[in-house]
Amino acid sequence: MSSAMYERMRANPKFQELVSRRGRFAWTLAFVVLTMFYGFVMVVAFNPAALGQPVAEGSMLTVGVAVELFMFIFFWSLTAVYVKRANTEFDALTQEIVKEAWKENK
Amino acid sequence: MRRLTQLGTALGLFAVAAMAFAGGPLEGVTEKQATNWHAIIMFCLFVCMTMGITYWASSRTKSTADFYTAGGGITGFQNGLAIAGDYMSAATLLGLTAMVYGQGYDGYIYMLAFFAGWPIILFLMAERLRNLGKFTFSDITAYRLDQGKVRTMAAISSLIVVCFYLIAQMVGAGQLIKLLFGLEYNVAIFAVGILMMVYVTFGGMVATTWVQIIKACMLLAGGTLVMFLAFSQFGFSFQTLLEKATAVHKLGPKLMYPGSLLADPVTAISLGLGLMFGTAGLPHILMRFFTVTDAKEARKSVLYASGFVAYFFNVIFLMGLCGILIVGQNPEFFEGGTVGGKLIGGGNMVAMHLAKAVGGDMLLGFLAAVAFATILAVVSGLALAGASAISHDLYARVIKKGQASEAAEIRVSKIATICLGFVAIILGILFEKQNIAFMVGLAFGVAAAANFPVLILSMYWKGLTTRGALVGGYGGLVSAVLFVVFSKSVWVDVLHNAAPLFPYTQPALFAMPIAFLLAYIFSKTDSSVRAGQEIEAFEDQYVRAQTGYGAASASNH
Repeated sequence: MSSAMYERMRANPKFQELVSRRGRFAWTLAFVVLTMFYGFVMVVAFNPAALGQPVAEGSMLTVGVAVELFMFIFFWSLTAVYVKRANTEFDALTQEIVKEAWKENK
Repeated sequence: MRRLTQLGTALGLFAVAAMAFAGGPLEGVTEKQATNWHAIIMFCLFVCMTMGITYWASSRTKSTADFYTAGGGITGFQNGLAIAGDYMSAATLLGLTAMVYGQGYDGYIYMLAFFAGWPIILFLMAERLRNLGKFTFSDITAYRLDQGKVRTMAAISSLIVVCFYLIAQMVGAGQLIKLLFGLEYNVAIFAVGILMMVYVTFGGMVATTWVQIIKACMLLAGGTLVMFLAFSQFGFSFQTLLEKATAVHKLGPKLMYPGSLLADPVTAISLGLGLMFGTAGLPHILMRFFTVTDAKEARKSVLYASGFVAYFFNVIFLMGLCGILIVGQNPEFFEGGTVGGKLIGGGNMVAMHLAKAVGGDMLLGFLAAVAFATILAVVSGLALAGASAISHDLYARVIKKGQASEAAEIRVSKIATICLGFVAIILGILFEKQNIAFMVGLAFGVAAAANFPVLILSMYWKGLTTRGALVGGYGGLVSAVLFVVFSKSVWVDVLHNAAPLFPYTQPALFAMPIAFLLAYIFSKTDSSVRAGQEIEAFEDQYVRAQTGYGAASASNH
């Protein structure tokens, strides 16, 4: 667990690649969730009537319920997308970085 | 339902939301109901099963790692269920069903606010938490900073969060149990306190995790069954259900409009921030991330947990809407038999009445037992988080400076659990007649303003120094407490002053920036040698946070 190991990993260009790729991905998803959620909160605060409209003539389903249900499903899908990519692509890259640092150690 | 509205306006939104979330203190003093034998028998079965698990777990709880984090050997799926069990309290079921019943669409908005924090925790925190932490979240904040000072601060704010949360849970538990089981308030408080001590001291995190898993399964199954039976009465048609519900509800077509609860933008945003980042600063939730084998499983746990939570919230939404017709139109459930009057047992009993209406005494008993099990699971998680702050942070790291033996550390945490159990019982009895909703507000406020900013900065910002972390952490703690004390919930309602000194009931929007700003300014102006070393140490911490190399690994059994 030496500092030297961390030093070698940091020097590996793959580490920079991992950090920037995963960082960009995570922040993009977080941005989408935060924008949608706080955007929705703003509509609730400033234009609540818009959410009470029916999605179609004669339907009891309102825009508000439809939008929320969509957000529940969409946010959860985003977590699934992140977990899928992080647990395969990013973890594989991480393992390569650690392995290469070990090799240099010998 | 009128009482719920009054409560909403009187105590502020945060209090209502947090209450719904935390184990709802029922309004005022609730009357005792006839002894419910179905519920008691089913609850005894639950206790027997969990005691068996505790006995089994005690044989597997030998090291500190076993005690605090179940040896880090919980799978992502198990941990996801346990997080869901920790997160969805009895009053999520009772309070939110009642909110939909009374306010319609507003209840659904609250549920989204409770849910939306989870994706953010996954994207920005889960992996780093697992890679850097070992037993408590102070392991992360103190990683490269002054162990003694930073851990002391984190332990203090953890204990404050845990205590306020425990009071709310215990008082809520006592009143709920009095209603559901027909037991005396004090008997109920002792039962909860003692069962919690047994689970945690003997079984540690292994037993706590399994109590939470079993309870989550019971809650999901019970809720789904009630929803299914109730919704079937409307031919599973959302259209029919809503047509009938809006026709009879006092709000009429406004039932599906955002109502008065979130009318003020400042309150709405502050509530959103508080729920989202308060969750990400609750010690007992953060602790769950250290129980899994690696970052991969930590991510999976959030995926499963948020899936269960999202599913269950939608079930509750349907339950509340069905309740409007099935409970709200049935004189049997109203005091004196007048429809539209006071619901028997108070506004929070909608889910219970619905269970009785669609499934008779058996289903009512089952749901009541689930509610009791839920309270136990949540207080056990809280007690464990509080005990680990005392034994791991204060005793082993601050007092003994890392020189304590494992056996001594476990002994201290068991003693701490028993003390916390008695503290919880005493506080529960002392606060019986008090309105304790503001304490949950305080717990969330402190978590969002004292724990979260320092935690996220320590993971993301290289420039954080010990001085910045301390000033930011204590600053957030003090300002969150003051904002709540000066708000209407305490200053007017508890201390009986004429007007609140602070106009909003939600501290998060104001206390969080204060904490971040203080941490930034006092880190930036810190030019000590020690600060330089701390900034340099970030590099190694950063590689570990990203790769998980050097992270605490699962112990072998």
